[in-house]
Amino acid sequence: MHEKILEMKNVNKKYGGVNALKNVDFSLKRGEIHCLVGENGSGKSTLIKIISGVVKPDPGAEIIINGEKVKHLNPRESVEKGIQVIYQDLSLFPNLTVAENVAISDYYRGNIKMVNQKEMYKKAIKAMKKIDISINPKKLVRELSVAQKQLVAISRVIATDAEILIMDEPTASLSKHEINELLNLIKSLQKQGLTVLFVSHKLDEIMSISQRVTILRDGNKIGTFDASELDDQKIAYYMTGKTFDQNEKRGTEKFGKKLLEIKDLCKKRNYMNINLELREGEILGIIGLIGSGRTELALSIFGMNSPDSGEIYVLGERVNLNSNYQAIRSGIAYVPEDRLNDGLFLAQPISTNIIASIMDRLVNKAKIFQEDKIKKVVNKWVHDIGIKTDDPENPVRTLSGGNQQKTVIAKWLATTPKVLILDNPTVGVDIAAKHGIYNIIKELASEKLGIILISDEVPEVYHNADRILIMKKGRIINEVFPDEITEAELQEMVIGGEINV
Amino acid sequence: MSLKSFGRVEALYKKNPNSFVLITIFFITLALFSVSLPGKFFTASNFSSIAFQLPELGILTIAMAITMLSGGINLSIIATANFAGIIMATIMKNQIFVERLSGVNLVMLAIVIGLSTSALIGFINGIIVSYIGVSPMLATLGTMTLLNGISILTTKGYVISGLPDEMIVIGNSSILGIPIPFIIFIIIAFVINFWLRKTPSGLSNYLVGSNENAANYSGINTKKVLLKTYTISGLLSGIAAVIMISRFNSARAGYAESYLLVTVLASVFGGFNPNGGSGKILNLIFSLFILQMVASGLNLLGLSSHLAGALWGTILIVVMLLQNTRERKS
Amino acid sequence: MSSLFKRNEFYLGLIILCLVIFLSITTNSFLTIENLLELFTSYSFLGIMAAGMLVVLISGGLDLSFTATATISQYIMATTIIKYGGNLFIAFLIGAGIGIALGLLNGLLVHYIKVHPMIITIATLNLFKGLLMFFSKGKWIYNFPLWFSEPYDIMVFKNSEGYIYPISLPLFIFIVVLIVTGFLLKYTILGRKIYAMGGNKEAARRMGFNLFALTLFVYGYMGFLAGIGSVAHALMVQTVAPNALIGKELDVIAAVVLGGASLSGGSGTVIGTFLGIAMIAIVSNAVILLGIPSYWYMIFLGAIFITSVSITAYNYKLKMRKEAEIDVA
Repeated sequence: MHEKILEMKNVNKKYGGVNALKNVDFSLKRGEIHCLVGENGSGKSTLIKIISGVVKPDPGAEIIINGEKVKHLNPRESVEKGIQVIYQDLSLFPNLTVAENVAISDYYRGNIKMVNQKEMYKKAIKAMKKIDISINPKKLVRELSVAQKQLVAISRVIATDAEILIMDEPTASLSKHEINELLNLIKSLQKQGLTVLFVSHKLDEIMSISQRVTILRDGNKIGTFDASELDDQKIAYYMTGKTFDQNEKRGTEKFGKKLLEIKDLCKKRNYMNINLELREGEILGIIGLIGSGRTELALSIFGMNSPDSGEIYVLGERVNLNSNYQAIRSGIAYVPEDRLNDGLFLAQPISTNIIASIMDRLVNKAKIFQEDKIKKVVNKWVHDIGIKTDDPENPVRTLSGGNQQKTVIAKWLATTPKVLILDNPTVGVDIAAKHGIYNIIKELASEKLGIILISDEVPEVYHNADRILIMKKGRIINEVFPDEITEAELQEMVIGGEINV
Repeated sequence: MSLKSFGRVEALYKKNPNSFVLITIFFITLALFSVSLPGKFFTASNFSSIAFQLPELGILTIAMAITMLSGGINLSIIATANFAGIIMATIMKNQIFVERLSGVNLVMLAIVIGLSTSALIGFINGIIVSYIGVSPMLATLGTMTLLNGISILTTKGYVISGLPDEMIVIGNSSILGIPIPFIIFIIIAFVINFWLRKTPSGLSNYLVGSNENAANYSGINTKKVLLKTYTISGLLSGIAAVIMISRFNSARAGYAESYLLVTVLASVFGGFNPNGGSGKILNLIFSLFILQMVASGLNLLGLSSHLAGALWGTILIVVMLLQNTRERKS
Repeated sequence: MSSLFKRNEFYLGLIILCLVIFLSITTNSFLTIENLLELFTSYSFLGIMAAGMLVVLISGGLDLSFTATATISQYIMATTIIKYGGNLFIAFLIGAGIGIALGLLNGLLVHYIKVHPMIITIATLNLFKGLLMFFSKGKWIYNFPLWFSEPYDIMVFKNSEGYIYPISLPLFIFIVVLIVTGFLLKYTILGRKIYAMGGNKEAARRMGFNLFALTLFVYGYMGFLAGIGSVAHALMVQTVAPNALIGKELDVIAAVVLGGASLSGGSGTVIGTFLGIAMIAIVSNAVILLGIPSYWYMIFLGAIFITSVSITAYNYKLKMRKEAEIDVA
């Protein structure tokens, strides 16, 4: 038994002219939980792909698994050496049963052979028992919750007698509670002798369970550290090479006119008795977990989820928002959580993306586009937001990730909103981009926009909002001001959350 | 070719690879047939016959292409056209109307009713696709079957022939040497292109086709967009029907059924991606011309017109293979 | 038990049962062995095609070219046995061979061209059909050798009065194809891989499944069934005509979708597909037996199909809405 279950030396990978990895040495100790962190494009997914045999490193690299030098690692060999990856999308088969999904690696060989149902169920149940979960093995995976699906994916790995488990962003779509359960499960897997490589960019998760942390930046390895040496700030610094002041709070601002007022808004099975108001220049945080009704409420304000009863006022005037078209006209904009997938038209020109929400404002009386108006709007936003392109008629697909983000924001600002609702604006965004987004939010607020910042991350609202509403089970259970409580107290309220209205 | 001019060609290609490929194929086809058929292919009479044949397929292809642009498909275009054709022919031959209306008015009435019916069918397709949420292929497959059934039922499978002269004129005569069907086709192509490029309601098709969710969040009423597109698709099928029955001097269930999949082929060849969100009417016109020239060229070479179908299929496969290797490289 | 009510097959079966009861009461001739055997024999070609289409749809694909494949197989089979003689086995061998070859070509193109298989098979449909018409010149073939015209009955029932009801070879093949396809899909590793590929292609790739081989198999199988189905069809009608089969692509898809398969892949069963075919067959039979003008058949079929897909789509919509609901305290 070698202490180092996996060792990689001198790993390089070039794609075209880009160095995805530069002389990276990496190792995993048997039985540890190791975290691999880095921003998007830092090379962490390339590294994982090399370990799982999907991508071949450039010549000169050395890979040693269990003390044995491996020449050409391909996916099958990687699996045979006991390496399993759980990708972010979990790679499950929604139309097959739980048992089949767990035992599917047995299908690898033999086509004409019959499936041994009995053996399959036995194997699946055994694997699930090992990690102490009970899901009906005959259920279709399609019918499970996200958290349950993740457990199935883990059971599948257990069923293959894997020695190394790689998890790619496993917590992205889970609620806080589910994340905690997952982390406990990973710890118990470690006790059973599994080595776990955990890829994440949520910092508090990294701190709580790992022994060692490897940080990549721009294809370079910055270092491997004991988790105890690191804190949020240090990790952020190593990842980005910049320092960020997490505690940069907004001073007490003077807010202007009442922009938005909501009275007794109710919708069955969504939320109940919602009252809130928002003023010019104010950033109102709404914090709540998945299933708290926060997104449903936001969609109602944006006209995409008609409430059953209650009133909405914009600038003191009662509005009836039956469609988001009306909401946009009333000056409300909503940036969905999955901005790129729900916001961009990748195949369409940048210009078309920018005007998508305001097409009706750029036409003459005959409803025909006025080209000069379009040009003006497009040029203004490309310039103001700073989208780097030589021609706004190029498809958005050709832009870099950051410029795509900017295009989405330009699309929404082009509607000249008074109220901007941001739904989890930093999910899946790395640290530098995160701070960029916070700066934009604050800048917009200083330009007298009213902003509703929806999030399930306590630090995000605590450090950015002027006032915070806590939502739970469809109700606003509390209203707090960040300068009156500590971050820990807010965390306690969100997780513990006793109703004290 | 000098390096510099080659660079210019390459830039042109990069700017709009689809148009570039199509125009190149267009000229190659034109040149090949003109050389191999001296004095036969590159003649006024051949182009006139192409101009008479192309509009039917052309208008039906536009009817297909706009639904593909919005991310769907309309398998009921031919059935819609035949049904509208039968209605128009029936009205023109119906004794009650004939006694009360003069020739031109009768034809006008028939056409108006025929076009309204085809638009209504498109509207129903749109409702099933957008408001009920049936996948377009299945929804239009269903209406296709239903319409064919109704058409056969009303005609008992017979041909309705012997249309008034005022009707026959539309499909068979020319103005200033240009066949009327071709003029209609060009007008439609122009109008649809204008709609798609210069109006919010048309441009929305590109948005809905490339990302329906994002279109929804952007305040675009995606259901209304689809409803409009399928209605227009139905209407265009009706216009194709006018030309069809006028050229055949008859209407029947089951005319031009083999065109259905050809319109899909022509759309894809013209750059309309079956996943939606892309395609230009200009490229579509080139695609149609190429297909029609191949058919007429082979015909002039004395080869069976069926070989044209085979060649169309081959061209599409080769183009897709080339696109595929191009994408892999980049 | 509760899962039974969620299944498409259950409702389809229920409707068919109602139809059967209705027809048994209103007509004397429907529920006779003779009528049913004849009915399913005449739908055996469509049924065999549907089994192949089911496999293609489950894998997440689509094939619109199989009617052209079938017709080409028929032509080559017929001209060969007329010219060189042979026997039934050779006839099926030729049909199957041609079918598999054309199917594999589809599989190859579908795998290498990353375009929706609908488009690719429309292209090959045009290619196959064009070549067929070119070489056959659209001629019909009648003059089969005598041995081809004999009735090949597999099993013979006799009733008390001594009447004979044969199970014809085409019907027998239809039944065998259903059983084999069902077995393949449900119990073999290959079949489960096809479901897996249709459910999540990317995951199947990551599991290390050979997607190329699977795609080849799926389209090859469709071609194979088109080949033997076409020979069975020729046995039944004793003619080969260029336009007898082409144009039936969408009918077959309609039957399979009616039977619960999804165009997006990953779902569908042989029982459902059989019920889909049965539904179409019974409706066409009902129209004849009830003395309704036969034109109504297509109208009924279209209406049933639209209703069925609309209900499925609407239920799905409701389900998505329900899943989004929150338990408000």
